[in-house]
Amino acid sequence: MATMLQKFPSSVSTLNDYNALYPDWTQREVSTGTTIMAVEFDGGVVMGADSRTTTGAYIANRVTDKLTPIHERIFCCRSGSAADTQAIADAVTYQLGFHSIELDEAPLVQTAASLFRDMCYRYREELMAGIIVAGWDRRRGGQVYTVPVGGMMTRQPVSVGGSGSSYIYGFVDSNYKPAMSKEECLKFTAEALTLAMERDGSSGGVVRLAVISEQGVERQVILGNQLPKFSTV
Amino acid sequence: RRIMATVSVCKYYPGGFSFDNCKRNALLEADISKLGFSSPAARKTGTTICGVVYKDGVVLGADTRATEGMIVADKNCSKIHYISPNIYCCGAGTAADTEMTTQIISSNLELHSLSTGRLPRVATANRMLKQMLFRYQGYIGAALVLGGVDCNGPHLYSIYPHGSTDKLPYVTMGSGSLAAMAVFEDRYRPNMEEEEAKRLVRDAIAAGIFNDLGSGSNIDLCVITKGKVDYLRPHDVANKKGVRTGSYRYKHGTTGVLTKTVTPLNLEVVEESVQTMDTS
Repeated sequence: MATMLQKFPSSVSTLNDYNALYPDWTQREVSTGTTIMAVEFDGGVVMGADSRTTTGAYIANRVTDKLTPIHERIFCCRSGSAADTQAIADAVTYQLGFHSIELDEAPLVQTAASLFRDMCYRYREELMAGIIVAGWDRRRGGQVYTVPVGGMMTRQPVSVGGSGSSYIYGFVDSNYKPAMSKEECLKFTAEALTLAMERDGSSGGVVRLAVISEQGVERQVILGNQLPKFSTV
Repeated sequence: RRIMATVSVCKYYPGGFSFDNCKRNALLEADISKLGFSSPAARKTGTTICGVVYKDGVVLGADTRATEGMIVADKNCSKIHYISPNIYCCGAGTAADTEMTTQIISSNLELHSLSTGRLPRVATANRMLKQMLFRYQGYIGAALVLGGVDCNGPHLYSIYPHGSTDKLPYVTMGSGSLAAMAVFEDRYRPNMEEEEAKRLVRDAIAAGIFNDLGSGSNIDLCVITKGKVDYLRPHDVANKKGVRTGSYRYKHGTTGVLTKTVTPLNLEVVEESVQTMDTS
């Protein structure tokens, strides 16, 4: 793997032809190309993500788990640079755990989202991270907060993110109905992710789903051959 | 009326590491080539490294070629580094970076282990490595395959220079990783026996050695189980130096001698020592 993951200036790289010996993907940073999604329903949230991590054109991990636990009933979906989002998630997990012990009660989803926002905004020049924070707490039930690159934070009933999200805004906007049940949300999320994975080269693998509610967290995996089928010409 | 006005201008220290010199170095690199010189190439381990989790533990494998540009700098370097008695780490990328990074974490992990009074865990080594590499934002070119057995069983991680990690049952890294991964994707099964796992890793590294220019020479293996480590170096000498079929030595007297002058140099021998060069 190459040392400097910045591209060599063209004068240097042509002279020594380093790029020929080490293929493109050894010089690119690991990124979660990604499609991520989260939906609120009455009583909880449904979160979903694909499972592909790429370095350039090579798939470094085809079974990634992008739904990362931050606290017992708070998860986050990670998109962008794998290193940045892992580091941020680890830092926020620590901060939220400490805060929860101080409070002696379960933390709010909004608190977790604020911690993500603070970090993503403060270091916005250095980071490349698009995160969706979702979970359940006693005060406000199921909530989804989105923290895209740049460090904005806003609550949304439905949120999509990652490179594959561009392909499914139409599907999501037309198929989302307020007050869906848990099963409808699961079907909606799985279908949206499938469509994005079908069209986006940086998304693929399996669909990972998580349902967070007062009862706890239920996780599922939908393998490639079990994905919902859409007729494509 | 007394007004206490405190105008304190607090200088805001942004903190964090300063990477300004890295930008300067990149510009200098470009200028040097204009002048006709070339800066020394860092020695890299072109490399194929891989690891697999099997029934009783993990098997780590590596080739043994170290390159400086297009030249092989070391035909038999050791890429499987010691982290702790139950944890070893293969390193690809800049040879100095992988060597020093693994040594630093090995040292810190030993101190940590003495402090906790417990055998170190692979997850701890992973945390320490990823947090250090993230701090240096990818400028430490170390791509690692970390494997070991602890109280929670066998574990295998791949760690990238920017600080992202993946926990998987089989991983490959380095320029020959695609060749090795092809072998793994074909033949990996969960809960393999030790011999099958060793064969699989050996074949994956061999695929890298024979299909990637950056990898070559021998195959080293490291089998880690609960309570035992087999460091097999070399496990397989895949590339033995050939024997020349003909000899280019000319007989004495082939070149005619026209004149011969002998000038004795009056020197006093103070110390004589012989240093042999490793031409293997």
